[in-house]
Amino acid sequence: MDIYNIYRNMEKDNIILSFKGDITKDLLSSVYQIIEVRLENDHQDPKRKKKFFHVLVECLQNMYHHMESLQTANTADDAEINSSAIFVIGRTGDQHNYSITTGNFLHTDSADSLKEKIDVINNMNAVELKAYYLERLGSTELSEKGGAGLGIIEIARKSGNKIGYDFKPISDKFSFFTLSVTVN
Amino acid sequence: MIDSLIIEGTNKTPTVKFNGDTGVLEISGKSIPENSLGFYQPLFTWIDNYSQQPAPKTEVKIMLEYFNTSSSKCLLDIFRKVEAIKKSGKGDVAVLWHYEADDEDMMEAGQDYDSLIDLAFTLIEI
Repeated sequence: MDIYNIYRNMEKDNIILSFKGDITKDLLSSVYQIIEVRLENDHQDPKRKKKFFHVLVECLQNMYHHMESLQTANTADDAEINSSAIFVIGRTGDQHNYSITTGNFLHTDSADSLKEKIDVINNMNAVELKAYYLERLGSTELSEKGGAGLGIIEIARKSGNKIGYDFKPISDKFSFFTLSVTVN
Repeated sequence: MIDSLIIEGTNKTPTVKFNGDTGVLEISGKSIPENSLGFYQPLFTWIDNYSQQPAPKTEVKIMLEYFNTSSSKCLLDIFRKVEAIKKSGKGDVAVLWHYEADDEDMMEAGQDYDSLIDLAFTLIEI
């Protein structure tokens, strides 16, 4: 393995932190700590840093819940599908913006509704997003997984950008879902 | 009288100080657990018990730096539970929502809850 090549590419792409593997609660705790320390040393607008941290938490937890669903359903025979995902945290746009990309497996069955959900959110302006967030917050029952779709709304609200996504079919049952967002 | 509920904060969960004698229910720090329901369930149970015989005045003090969307549902549930105390006529209830200076998002979050809950919200800049 050419680790120097990987290093050069990460350096060129302004990657702050990258991980591939099982997404556990402990891992996420460590990531939050690493990023918080990193942010303290970044000479950036504190508001932007806070927004980025919010978006980061929602993106990583969204991925965590996808994996949790796969593991709970236990329908994937493939260990890789059950326990592996990837995320990359970096800087873009002359290092002024933060970016987060996550990639995880999910049931192809759930891809369409997720795509639809993101499309609806991507077509909303800031005022509509706030109204939609309040409507969802006030009306939906608390689920054990938490979200109730609020996470995706908050990613759009706090980032101030459209959410990028891709669904790559990898077998008859599973797809690889990519979510990417830049925080202005 | 109900025992106080004290929970030490972590880097993902807030510090909780619920005092049944004074009626001060304080949540501070960060609230970003993956499964918020697991963390908040004991708080719900405590408030349900407290609601039987609440202090004459209940003051909910929220001093959060960050909270995730799964916590946002739990916070709403806490507000609904204390809102019920007021509606039952057993005691008065006020919410003190603290936010750091310049944190417009946290201030707006307080206004959001204010619009969903029939209680007096006071927004306090710290």
